[in-house]
Amino acid sequence: MKPIIRVENLTHTYGVGTPFCRSAVKDVNMEILEGEFLGIIGHTGSGKSTLIQHLNGLLKPTAGRILLEGRDIWAEPKKIRNVRFHVGLVFQYPEYQLFEETVYKDIAFGPRNMGLDEGEVDRRVRAALAFSGLKEDLLDKSPFDLSGGQKRRVAIAGVIAMEPEVLILDEPSAGLDPAGRRSMLENIRNYHQERGTAVVMVSHSMDEVAENVDRIVVMANAGVVMSGAPHEVFSRAQELIDVGLNVPQVTQVAMELKRRGLGIDPAVYTVDDLRAALSTLKGGRG
Amino acid sequence: MLKDITLGQYFPGNSLAHRLDPRTKILLTVLYIVILFCARWFVSYSLVILLLLIGIKVSGVAPKALVRGLKPIVFIICFTAVLNLFYTPGEIIASFWIFKVTKEGIVTAFFMVLRITMLIMGTFLLTYTTSPISLTDGLESLLGPLKRIKVPVHELAMIMSIALRMIPTLIEETDKIMSAQKARGADFESGSLFQRARALVPILIPLFISAFRRADELAVAMECRCYRGGEGRTKLHVLHYQPRDYLVLLTYTVLLAGVLVLARFGL
Repeated sequence: MKPIIRVENLTHTYGVGTPFCRSAVKDVNMEILEGEFLGIIGHTGSGKSTLIQHLNGLLKPTAGRILLEGRDIWAEPKKIRNVRFHVGLVFQYPEYQLFEETVYKDIAFGPRNMGLDEGEVDRRVRAALAFSGLKEDLLDKSPFDLSGGQKRRVAIAGVIAMEPEVLILDEPSAGLDPAGRRSMLENIRNYHQERGTAVVMVSHSMDEVAENVDRIVVMANAGVVMSGAPHEVFSRAQELIDVGLNVPQVTQVAMELKRRGLGIDPAVYTVDDLRAALSTLKGGRG
Repeated sequence: MLKDITLGQYFPGNSLAHRLDPRTKILLTVLYIVILFCARWFVSYSLVILLLLIGIKVSGVAPKALVRGLKPIVFIICFTAVLNLFYTPGEIIASFWIFKVTKEGIVTAFFMVLRITMLIMGTFLLTYTTSPISLTDGLESLLGPLKRIKVPVHELAMIMSIALRMIPTLIEETDKIMSAQKARGADFESGSLFQRARALVPILIPLFISAFRRADELAVAMECRCYRGGEGRTKLHVLHYQPRDYLVLLTYTVLLAGVLVLARFGL
């Protein structure tokens, strides 16, 4: 698959010339492939948020380049706004960015900034609303009257409505209850399947990432330390633990079984795979 | 971008300026302002400049950070300069249309700009080297006598410390909201003045809402810890003047007298 975004030797230093000067990302190389579901995991302060703010040109690299479809996004700094229509970024706790009188107007903020005509805006608002799992009768309500989970969905719809080629979500399920988490992730999965565009999910929950993504990028201490398919990444469990992360609970179970002498692949990461592995083991024996 | 605003921010450190008693520093700042406003001519101004330079040196604050702090008030400085330049009566040296530049105007404008710049830099030194908590501790202690005439000194100090404490938080919050709206294609940098003002709505509304939410949460948190004003509250860190405090204060008082004398002679 072709990469849609390439990050080359990206370094970003905050607060140059003050006592608080520090590099949040250092010499990072990575890519996002067309249509893939990528997970970025890393401990708090590993540089995940700084990295993703470079992908849509909110932050300017101190050194290095970001290529969108092969073109340096900072080649024409005046047109950086257009990059943001191609790479949609949903921040952590996006519900705090809502400001309009009605849900409809808030979701339409992005598409209107793109200069689309009202018919197209209307189509996109309704489509985005459906993708984020909300009902149409919310459209005329004030976003401030909604529940926390609904607000978050409205905010995500506001970015989806721009129909970006890459959708980046920073901890989309943070602070939601288990049911809210599940349905949020299900909506994101459905969105990815139906639209077929690339989705990047930033998280520090291993289980969440394991269940959803095609490929994982692991960040630690301002750099990328691993990347690959979940199976590859989780087979290097010790390294993950060393950088302050963990492996999914299912993998932990498999590792413990392996340690106790069962001939099982210790890098399985979904419940179904573990069940399959265990039943072949049982079948093989008896 | 917004992070560049350093107004009211504290730079941790361990210099002499950091270790001085906050009350001393507040008094020094007041004295500094008085001296600055008494200065008349180059001799007295250079004395104040020297004072400021020593202050910067002793505090160990990067001069760059001080200059950056001036950014938000560049407009006010320019405005003052222009007003003084054209509206000071005196000997006309150039004129066009209805504007007349006078010799006195140039001099006044120059000193005005110098005065405002130094005023801001000097007071910045105070907030750069004093943490908000010790700053309000100092103020509360200095204003203590006013309690006798029923001025709610403690409450005022608490309000101030909360306000100072919230500045960086609100700046960070503004930055976040701005980024989020930019990610949705908001444009703050182009368009007419009216369009730009309207572009602020998507920032201001979420910011207000979150400020109120924070205020509410803080009030609840304070009540949970049984806060009910200054009556009978004791302090963890009690302020004590050190010999160095007296020394610095004395030096400043002498300098003030010196500048007053200089000003008297029109220097």
